[in-house]
Amino acid sequence: MEGHSTYQPQGKIARWFESRLPLVGLLHSSAVSYPTPRNLNYLWTFGGILTFMLICQIVSGIVLAMHYTAYAPVSFARVEHIMRDVNYGWLIRYIHANGASMFFIAVYIHIFRGMYYGSYKAPREVLWILGVIIYLLMMATAFMGYVLPWGQMSYWGATVITNLFSAIPYVGETIVLWLWGGYSVGDPTLNRFFSLHYLLPFMIAGIVGLHIWALHHVGQNNPDGIDVKSVAKDTVPFTPYATIKDVFAMVVFIMFFAWFVFYIPNYLGHSDNYIPANPLATPAHIVPEWYFLPFYAILRSVPDKLGGVLAMFGAIAVLAFLPWLDTSKVRSARYRPLFKQFFWIFAVVAVGLGYLGAMPAEGGYVIASRILTVYYFVHFLVILPVLGLIERPSVMPASIADAVLARGAKGAAAPGAKA
Amino acid sequence: MAHTETSGTNRRDFLYIATGAVGTVGAAALAWPFISQLQPDQSVLALSTTEVDLSPISEGQIVTVQWRGKPIFIFNRAPKDVEAARAVPMSQLIDPQPDQDRVKSGHDNFLVVVGICTHLGCVPLGHQGNYDGWFCPCHGSQYDSSGRVRVGPAPLNLPVPPYTFTSDTKIVIG
Repeated sequence: MEGHSTYQPQGKIARWFESRLPLVGLLHSSAVSYPTPRNLNYLWTFGGILTFMLICQIVSGIVLAMHYTAYAPVSFARVEHIMRDVNYGWLIRYIHANGASMFFIAVYIHIFRGMYYGSYKAPREVLWILGVIIYLLMMATAFMGYVLPWGQMSYWGATVITNLFSAIPYVGETIVLWLWGGYSVGDPTLNRFFSLHYLLPFMIAGIVGLHIWALHHVGQNNPDGIDVKSVAKDTVPFTPYATIKDVFAMVVFIMFFAWFVFYIPNYLGHSDNYIPANPLATPAHIVPEWYFLPFYAILRSVPDKLGGVLAMFGAIAVLAFLPWLDTSKVRSARYRPLFKQFFWIFAVVAVGLGYLGAMPAEGGYVIASRILTVYYFVHFLVILPVLGLIERPSVMPASIADAVLARGAKGAAAPGAKA
Repeated sequence: MAHTETSGTNRRDFLYIATGAVGTVGAAALAWPFISQLQPDQSVLALSTTEVDLSPISEGQIVTVQWRGKPIFIFNRAPKDVEAARAVPMSQLIDPQPDQDRVKSGHDNFLVVVGICTHLGCVPLGHQGNYDGWFCPCHGSQYDSSGRVRVGPAPLNLPVPPYTFTSDTKIVIG
């Protein structure tokens, strides 16, 4: 599906500029005339929402950096200074802190949408892998951002996460020393994390550019997982159809976001982070931010230091191999009756791991974490490869237009039913 | 989108204008905090007054204090400096202003001015130049014993900050 530009520069200056740098034509072909499958549902609006969240985090972050100081003896007080002294500092900090959570909510919906509709399958493997890289960079950025307020959770989160690298044989201790810039988490660590926390979002922005480029080169997947056969019948132009739908979804998402910012700004945080960092006392119950909990549960479920770390990173790395682990030629779960059921089991397992990550590492919780961790890997390494070989897909419509019209006819037969 | 043949305003026009209006108000409401945060914050405003005890300043001495991050010159002028400043005809001044307007009456010996050259912001040197006042080392502007500019390129007199005497020997600047 090529984005054919229908842009005709109007006027002398526009023609002069376009013949030297076809920038407006590029924007026009990728955001105005770009053909989008006509069967896209609201799950396809999360790419736009994620772009909005990235901009939101960069803008609010740049402003916070104007008022923050990365120096261990004062950083905690500087964050309180932002909350109490800076005009609207409380608002901008709550936007940034809750924005991180919103970013992850959106990215998890985006990832699970890709899994459900098989968006990672050929020819979208590179698109998918770029997404996994963005996800990894997001996790690194969020982790380092959480260290900056220099509260108890910041300090001990930084200690635990950096210590993960000490599990690497031979070089682990040296890597940790390099991360810390000392013999424990301290001021040098805080300073370099601040520097990297400022850098990584721009790297994310760069990879997002590649992600969108790859997307527009191969074309969007769609809920039926069928290729576009006729641009005229199967697609509608990006503007106004996708633009308006994306903006509407974005506004609804912003309302959800605003509810957190204005009514429960600390709900997703941890109260221990309002206690200044104390290198001599670990909080009684230490948990990472909610978006890391499933991986934290996997880490804790393995009773071996190196094994736990490998399992945790493996749980993320396995995503990059998903295009080849899933052997089915059919993309969408709509036409894969067995996969659909296993997808939902996997979703429950992932959420369950998140729940277990928040619970203390003892008794039944540990046993449950182990069972779910094993299932997590079995899903990717056994179920998906085998399912593609034994599953009998249901009958697929001949084209996107046929799929849409068939559902339309069903809707007309039963008035009031959702299309 | 294609225009349909309708007369007057229709439902779509209403939605279009209503959405635009709400969007504009929303954007402005979101933009304001991001502009407002650039203004001096509460911790800066809290330091916006400075109290100075004048009793240790002897006659002829210039003391520099800080107010809002800026140098403030406090000059305890000798009677001859005051007389000299008041004897100058207005026609000779670049920025004419009588000395009486630049001090608090009853405390005519104390001159309080912002110590920033009105040319490009350097701090002038006290007791230098040809007018018993200040000389700016950057571009050669000279100020008299009333802090008024006498030789350019500075265009204006050294400004008098807002201040009040809280007792005979104490002032509060700001």
